[in-house]
Amino acid sequence: MDGLVLRKLGRRFGAVDAVLDFDLHIKPGEFVSLLGPSGCGKTTTLRMIAGFIDPTSGSIELDGKILSAPSGSVPPEKRGMSMIFQSYAIWPNMTVTQNVAFGLNLRKLPSDEVKKRVGAVLETVRMSHLADRYPAELSGGQQQRVALARAVVIRPAVLLLDEPLSNLDANLREEMRFEIKRMHDEFKITSVYVTHDQGEAMVTSDRIAVMNNGRLEQIDTPYALYSRPKTRFVASFIGRTNFLSGNCGNHMIDFAGFSVPLAMIGEEVTGGGPITVSIRPQAMKLSATEAPRDKAINLQGSVQQSAFLGETWDYVFQPKDSGLQFRVAAPPADVFQVGAPAWLQIDPTQIVPIVD
Amino acid sequence: MTSVSHPAASTWSEDQPVKVRVPWRQRLQPANVLWLFLAGILVVLIVAPMWTLVVSSFTDAKTGGWTLNNYVEAYGKERHITALTNTLKMGAVVVVLKLAFGVPLAWACTRTDMPGRNFVRYSVFGAFIMPPYLAGVGWILLAGPNTGWINRVWHSLSGSTEPLVNIFSFGGLVLVTAIGGFFLVFVLVSSAFEMINSEMEDAANILGAGPFKTAMKVTFPLVMPAIIGAALLSFLGAIALYGVPALISIPARYPVVVIQLTEFFSFPLRIQVAAAYSIPLLLITATMLGLQKLILRRKGYVSVSGKGGERRIVKLGRWRWVLFAYCFCVVALSVLMPLFVLLLAAFSDSWTTGFSFSNLTLGNFYYVLFEHSSSQKALVGSIGLGIVAATVAITLALFIAYIVQRKLIPFSGLLAFLAVSPYVVPGIVLAIGFYAAYALPPIALYGTYTIMALAFITRFLPIAFTTSSAGVRSIHPEMEEAVRILGGGRVAALRHVVGPLLKRTLAGGWLLIFVPAAQELSTAIFLVGPTTRVVSVVLLDLSEEGELEKLASLGSLLLIIIVAVVAIGMRYLGRDFMLRRS
Repeated sequence: MDGLVLRKLGRRFGAVDAVLDFDLHIKPGEFVSLLGPSGCGKTTTLRMIAGFIDPTSGSIELDGKILSAPSGSVPPEKRGMSMIFQSYAIWPNMTVTQNVAFGLNLRKLPSDEVKKRVGAVLETVRMSHLADRYPAELSGGQQQRVALARAVVIRPAVLLLDEPLSNLDANLREEMRFEIKRMHDEFKITSVYVTHDQGEAMVTSDRIAVMNNGRLEQIDTPYALYSRPKTRFVASFIGRTNFLSGNCGNHMIDFAGFSVPLAMIGEEVTGGGPITVSIRPQAMKLSATEAPRDKAINLQGSVQQSAFLGETWDYVFQPKDSGLQFRVAAPPADVFQVGAPAWLQIDPTQIVPIVD
Repeated sequence: MTSVSHPAASTWSEDQPVKVRVPWRQRLQPANVLWLFLAGILVVLIVAPMWTLVVSSFTDAKTGGWTLNNYVEAYGKERHITALTNTLKMGAVVVVLKLAFGVPLAWACTRTDMPGRNFVRYSVFGAFIMPPYLAGVGWILLAGPNTGWINRVWHSLSGSTEPLVNIFSFGGLVLVTAIGGFFLVFVLVSSAFEMINSEMEDAANILGAGPFKTAMKVTFPLVMPAIIGAALLSFLGAIALYGVPALISIPARYPVVVIQLTEFFSFPLRIQVAAAYSIPLLLITATMLGLQKLILRRKGYVSVSGKGGERRIVKLGRWRWVLFAYCFCVVALSVLMPLFVLLLAAFSDSWTTGFSFSNLTLGNFYYVLFEHSSSQKALVGSIGLGIVAATVAITLALFIAYIVQRKLIPFSGLLAFLAVSPYVVPGIVLAIGFYAAYALPPIALYGTYTIMALAFITRFLPIAFTTSSAGVRSIHPEMEEAVRILGGGRVAALRHVVGPLLKRTLAGGWLLIFVPAAQELSTAIFLVGPTTRVVSVVLLDLSEEGELEKLASLGSLLLIIIVAVVAIGMRYLGRDFMLRRS
């Protein structure tokens, strides 16, 4: 199989499974993020791909060749990969040029070729004017660009990124997200990106693998992950959401105070019994008057809390005679006073059944 | 298929699933071979001598059988017990003196606006470079009962024939011992003062504590662990010191342990008894260092750590001159006065006749450089041993520190433990261990430079290891991982990244070893042979012969060479490299 394949990958530390039964297939040129809270095993997975940690079960293959298995692994220096580290790991004893040229020199490339490629990549990351500086004379963002240049200049088989933006301040982080995306679009290097920041993952990735407790929860495109989360963890880790418990009958799902026909929900639901659904705050609309629509569920109630976040209003809506509460996102123009009566419309196609 | 031939692959977790098989060729990795090699070296340097020391203290010299007679002989005489109690008494008084010297100076130099702080700092640094036995000789010249300069001035002023001060007394012994070692108190306590963030003191101020209360309740409690640590080390340094007692305690008729040990080493040679007699020194040292660890770990004493932050300087007003006067007295007693008379004596025909131009001569230097039977060779020997010991100890320590810090092999903690363990062994005890293990046939290294070099390397291995270990720890592992993921092995990482980054740290550590190693006396005293003398030993010989002018000139030569090396080092490393370290 072409690309990077993780098969039933696992790693135990003592009695703890840091990573367990991890299956992943990354196609050539694809950009995949490993996203999850700290301690979820994402960095361990990345370091296994790099060869710094050996798996205790399963295997890692690249283009059909096994790189890692419990019986032994190809050492990192023979994998033809490169990596961007959380600390950047720019060598302070070398200039920017020497840092970037290091990997090429190890490959014994002729010096004019090295010079040409270093010049070109520094141009790409807009660092040409600082080529002779030492790292101590660079800002954090500039060091990050050097790390990026050093990693891509060798044209690695796989580029690994270990929370590369976590040490930057907010503005710079935003800028560097797009920089990384731009570099990927330019060089089309198969990339694995580890982060705990969903924003970073969504900007940069073709697909995002959400991890929790050493296991893969869901892998999907950013849009699919947000709009159709499969598990409670994914739904709550990425963005905000409302969870509703209900009971699934033959044709209807009954929630406290209202029911939704199964046919209206965007997904096929089989099997009856208790069910949990996720409804994003953006899947609902508040209005001051009843404005019934065919395909919507209408609930009467009142606004309980409000907070203005700049780009949206964050309202808490409570249906009449019900203990339920909904967080609803509304555009800035939709102003409601706390306590005001209101109507809530829910788009049934955006009600997503999830695994608890 | 997969193949492994790299050290990194050895980091298996301990609870591997059973089915994993590692072929024997992979188990025989360079890292494991290196580990065995290093462990072997450490056995030779540390385990064997100390083991032999303990065993021989229970061995009958004639039959080779097991016996307790050595202990009976060592502790059976009242004189021997007195030496032991004398030593403890002396150590306790020396600690008080060292703290009285070191702590106020450290506070003055780090936290106040006292004038001349740099002058004081450099003078204290001078106390580090000047070996204790030279300070001792300086004080004999100053305060010898009949011919000491202070006494002669006193005689001519008062007409009295009684000496004003007598260095050959208990007071003289503790004074000279204290001035030779308060450097350590100064360094440890001033670095603790430098670690205290003024915000901690500000927090006390804002809650209503005045400057005095703040100092008592916040500042001093925070440096207390450093002071306690310094006090323990001072005590250990004092009881293990050989040079100063050798000069002073015999004429002062104040027997101490180290002098008693040399008696066992003179004719008739009784190594086993010496070994038995040295065990208390070893036990006291180990206990005290254990105690220090315990105190520092106690919860109430949060060890001073974290960022230096901004430090406010205490404005002393008129008191700044009072404090300066005190500091000046301390550095005058410890460095300026002994150094001055030492240099003067080195250039004098006869030091007893006092200063005059006709008395000036270069003859002493000519004598020690060209005429004396062993001093020129001893100079080469001392400097050579200093270079060899520093270089080998740093290299060995770097390998061990790297393996330990990067956890390249299982049980690497054991290597670290062995590397720092000579710290608990006083130099003179180490010498007895080396003598017992290697001096006699079949190994028969007695009287060679080799046995001294080995002993010196062992003695300074803990400093080397601490320095290297801190250096390796300061390098983020990702620095090396970046090399490896780009296609370089561990060797490339060491050559292109770790080595260049550690250059300055290692050079600093090298100097920290070279300076004391070139002056080392207590480890050398039992290991030198007739043809392999070192400067420190020759100096003691000259003192016994009463050739104090020649002694002074040889001592000055040693000082000049060491100062030159240190000056080069400071130029390269920056002037603070020694004062910043503990």
